[in-house]
Amino acid sequence: MSEKEIKIQNAPEKEEPLDKNVRLMSPGRMVVRRFFRSKLSVLGLVLIVFLFAFCWLGPVFYTQWDQTEVDYNGRVEYVQTLITYVDENGVEHSYYQLEETREDTNTLAKPSWEHPLGTDKTGKDVLARLMYGGRISLTISFLTVFVIAAIGVVFGGIAGYFGGLIDNIIMRVCDVLMCLPGIPIMLVVGTVLDAWSKTPDFPIPIEPQHRIYYLMAFLSLISWPGTARLVRGQILSLREQEYMVAAEAMGYSTVRKIFKHLVPNVMPQLIVSMTLSLGSMILYEASLTYLGLGAPEQFAAWGTMINAANDSNILQNYFNIWGPPGLCIIMAVLGFNFVGDGLRDALDPKMRR
Amino acid sequence: MIKYIIKRLALSVLILFCVSVIMFVLIQLMPMDYVTQQIAAIETKGEAVSEETVQALMSEYGYGTDGTLGGMFRGYFTWLRATLRLDFGTSFKFQQPVADVIAKNMWVSFAVAAIATVFEFMIAIPLGITAATHQYSFRDYFVTVLVMIGISLPSFFFGQILKNMLAMQLGWFPSSGLGSATMDYTGIWLILDYVSYLVIPVLTVVVLSIGGRMRMTRTNMLEVLGSDYIRTARAKGLSETKVIYKHAFRNTLIPLVTSLAGLLPSLFSGAIITEQVFGLPGIGNMAYQATLVADIPFIMGYNLFLAVLSIVGVLLADIMYAVVDPRVKLG
Repeated sequence: MSEKEIKIQNAPEKEEPLDKNVRLMSPGRMVVRRFFRSKLSVLGLVLIVFLFAFCWLGPVFYTQWDQTEVDYNGRVEYVQTLITYVDENGVEHSYYQLEETREDTNTLAKPSWEHPLGTDKTGKDVLARLMYGGRISLTISFLTVFVIAAIGVVFGGIAGYFGGLIDNIIMRVCDVLMCLPGIPIMLVVGTVLDAWSKTPDFPIPIEPQHRIYYLMAFLSLISWPGTARLVRGQILSLREQEYMVAAEAMGYSTVRKIFKHLVPNVMPQLIVSMTLSLGSMILYEASLTYLGLGAPEQFAAWGTMINAANDSNILQNYFNIWGPPGLCIIMAVLGFNFVGDGLRDALDPKMRR
Repeated sequence: MIKYIIKRLALSVLILFCVSVIMFVLIQLMPMDYVTQQIAAIETKGEAVSEETVQALMSEYGYGTDGTLGGMFRGYFTWLRATLRLDFGTSFKFQQPVADVIAKNMWVSFAVAAIATVFEFMIAIPLGITAATHQYSFRDYFVTVLVMIGISLPSFFFGQILKNMLAMQLGWFPSSGLGSATMDYTGIWLILDYVSYLVIPVLTVVVLSIGGRMRMTRTNMLEVLGSDYIRTARAKGLSETKVIYKHAFRNTLIPLVTSLAGLLPSLFSGAIITEQVFGLPGIGNMAYQATLVADIPFIMGYNLFLAVLSIVGVLLADIMYAVVDPRVKLG
């Protein structure tokens, strides 16, 4: 190291203005940085991105089979049995008896190049069904969570802002809805829809494959109280703050005050709770389809595919049929939970780590 | 306190009334001839229930209305009068009074839920405490990830895996049902026989529910550990064990005890999916079978039963909260 360099290093630093010395970070970038610092939330994000790619891009590349397509290539099976008999001279003879069974459809095939995850009881490709089933599960969960959030924000916002009688009425409605038993009432609604679709000249035509959408629509109609309470609680404390007095002084309209000044401040908590409930919605949807309330059997859904394990032969010998959908559900729920937890930590301004 | 409870009870009656109206309207949305067909198709004890019998039974309890708003209104009050006399009607599917079916089968559900809850608390609380006291350590992450996987398991999927492994492949426990019909055990063997049927269902429920409880314990423990009196305790020079188990843990118990009180009623409500997977004759499984065939009296009775349980649960939790924590004043 030359003398010159040492001199420069030891030279007294020039006074620099503070804003050039400090790198400014927007709150958004800080959130992103905090989010990506946690390994678990990155893992969650990877899981979700993978599942979305699998379900939406998968069928683009994997085109051999469709979800409702039955493999009619047939199947020939040989059963080999050793038969031993003793002839009249007392000599033992043995031979193999070869039995050939032919079936029209290639049912319950083991995993192979033709069918990477085998085929199910009716000869449909499991991998293709897994992809299409995932589309339904993920779409439905997102739709339901968004509808629940929308209703919850509107009612929670109104209740929290106005207070008094309106608040009281909305909260009592919440009490009633929270008291409705979840799965049992969905079973009843499922039976009602079933009855309607079997009634010949019913005014609203209900296609069996759309039944799960009606069910989840009903579910969102009865499960918004959680979100409404969250939003209301936040708004109750926010509306007392000075900036709301300022908004009042500016003469803003009520709608603008609620949805432009109050609701955005609830967004962090709302996003966290929506992400976490995405996971539970996937579980809920899977449970409903498992109980046979979803689309009919020929349309795939993860829950329906696991339902096949109620057959003890499939349960014991064909994990390739009912295992993968279960793993997909676990991955999705785990992913959303990890991301939700990561977001909660990242969005909390008090968090300093 | 007593005034508060009375006020809450009055409110509960109102809530129950609204819930029953919603249930009743939902059920009336079913076309009635569909219901009678479904019921008539059931073979009970070898003989089918005739459509006329069903029709007569339904009108007695106000179910079979003519589809008009007025008819529905009259039907509801017929039902309400019967219900207020604690007459819930006769289940079409089981051919017994609804109250009897519920009273008989809820104990199976209760056994599973109660045993599972004991194990859940016994495992989840220590896990939550170690995770909190070793926050952000390897142990914390390990426990958190493990219980998160537990939360993410679909009950029916995990149940099938356990059934396949423990019952089918290893043959340690029976795979479904309750009680061996072919054997006549007595005394302790009878109990052990029942227990052997409950092991896998209980295991399933415990693994699925540990996660929530553990995370709750962890959050509470972290909150308590950050409070002033813990700093004081440490400043006094108490040992870390004493700080954690004598000062922090007792305060962590407050929300746990409250939630346990809220949980008590729901122990009776039955788990539809778990009971269905393992073929347990619990109340959830009964409700599932009854709903599939549109057994209206049972559906109404069961759902009302669930609503009462959940109202009592919330009320118990609130009262318990005030009892355990003297700083809380109700009213």
